[in-house]
Amino acid sequence: MSDMDGNLRELYQEVIFDHNRQPRNFHAMDDADRVADGNNPLCGDELTVYLRIADGVVTDASFVGHGCAISTASASLMTEAVKGKPVEEVEALFRDFHALLTDTPPKRDFGKLEVLTGVREFPARVKCATLAWHTLHNALVGDHKPARTE
Amino acid sequence: MNAIAPTALAPERLQVAGDFPILARPVRKRRLVYLDNGATTQKPDAVIEAERGFYRESNANIHRGVHWLSQHATDLYEAARRTVQGFINAAAADEIVFTRGTTEAINLVANSWGRAQLVAGDEILITTLEHHSNIVPWQLLCEATGAVLKVAPVTDAGELELDAFDALLGPRTRMVAIAHVSNALGTVNPVATLIERAHAVGALVLVDGAQAVAHQRVDVQALGCDFYAFSGHKLYGPTGTGVLYGRAELLAAMPPWQGGGDMIRTVSFERSTYAEPPQRFEAGTPNIAGTIGLAAAIDYVQAIGLDRIAAYEHGLLDKATAAVGDIPGLRVIGTAADKAAILSFVVDGIHPHDLGTILDMEGVAIRAGHHCAMPLMKRFGIPGTARASLAMYNDEADIATLVEAIHKAQDMFGTRRPR
Repeated sequence: MSDMDGNLRELYQEVIFDHNRQPRNFHAMDDADRVADGNNPLCGDELTVYLRIADGVVTDASFVGHGCAISTASASLMTEAVKGKPVEEVEALFRDFHALLTDTPPKRDFGKLEVLTGVREFPARVKCATLAWHTLHNALVGDHKPARTE
Repeated sequence: MNAIAPTALAPERLQVAGDFPILARPVRKRRLVYLDNGATTQKPDAVIEAERGFYRESNANIHRGVHWLSQHATDLYEAARRTVQGFINAAAADEIVFTRGTTEAINLVANSWGRAQLVAGDEILITTLEHHSNIVPWQLLCEATGAVLKVAPVTDAGELELDAFDALLGPRTRMVAIAHVSNALGTVNPVATLIERAHAVGALVLVDGAQAVAHQRVDVQALGCDFYAFSGHKLYGPTGTGVLYGRAELLAAMPPWQGGGDMIRTVSFERSTYAEPPQRFEAGTPNIAGTIGLAAAIDYVQAIGLDRIAAYEHGLLDKATAAVGDIPGLRVIGTAADKAAILSFVVDGIHPHDLGTILDMEGVAIRAGHHCAMPLMKRFGIPGTARASLAMYNDEADIATLVEAIHKAQDMFGTRRPR
């Protein structure tokens, strides 16, 4: 297997395909406390993130939208990762995850989110993996402008 | 695998790939298969050397001819104008305005002709398949003047609906702005017919020829168009070069749209007077070296012959359409009867960007996305397509590699199906 194929398989791991085919928490939420939109017009990726927050804890998270496998899987994995976490921890995770893909990876356990580190070798695709996260951030801080990462 | 049978060769091989040095460089350790020519074409040695030669031997500013080198540069620049004139068969060299590209050429007409001529209630007719650069300048003009933008629809095949086009033409139609060839689908519009019908109601016609001039012979007098815009960089020439052709009497009546050096006759603080076309529309020092390169590109394609290029590319597009269209789960978007050089498609279960990344790892460069034609993508109900766009240096081996790479993507995504 060449390096190239290796990089490609790092990018498209089975977990990514799984979450692309069957995204988790993929539905709108009527009783959401926070909603935010994200879109990358050049790509055509569009998504909406919904959050329920009680006593400073994200009790539920979901999303709808469409995009490439990386963007869909990242959104799906994100909703799983943030459920049950205090808002401050979610914000910290957003910052750390961003650094994981674009900067010096922080020393922490990212769990399943590690599968998204393959985009480090594909700078043009980082924006796909981070769109849902910037949308999540906007939902948390109450920014009503659609998030963009391109 | 869908290998292309050697017996099914195009009518004639052009054997020009060796003229393009970049095609010899590997990309991602693979042979480069460059199928993004709709975005920009690669440049032959003749163009690279013409620009280099200009800077080494002839560089000076133009139209300031007190010294020998300036006169020499001016002569080359004006010779380039005559080269363009011959290339599209304009009646006079003064009908050729050099611009930064198609986009600037269209903006020039919208700003100069449009703001001087249009009043509230006037209509501009475009089509659903236009590139953003043939939509947005007209929208800006409508905002400024109160004119109304009308849009002629396309069929499921990506062909203009001629009846609807006719129905939208009316006494208030002042400008019809249409692509010669659709950048997203490859549809060749029947521009001669459209021009005739537009003229019948007294409208002018601007043809966006960005995707046409490298692929077929264009004769602006035979077409009868009023304006014709194209870019140098999609014609094997340098980026930052382009052309607006305008009929002489139209250009003569148009006010300047950018002020500066080179476009004036006299300047005083009370009043300035303006140069005749085309200088009136070429304020500031232009892309002189690029324009010399553009002329070299035109000389290069003319030496090969546009008719030969068109015949070869049509044959290759037919083969590509057959080979790619044969892949189960793949749908070609844009199936017009008359197409040029562009093959757009979507693959079940694989987003165009994922496909683009996987193809890139095989050395295959394509475009993925909406191709600056968002209204057209909406018309087809898709966020975007993968687009392979051909040039005269592409061949059957490139198509075979493309097909193999699509199969590989389907294997990775687990969506490959037997035929």
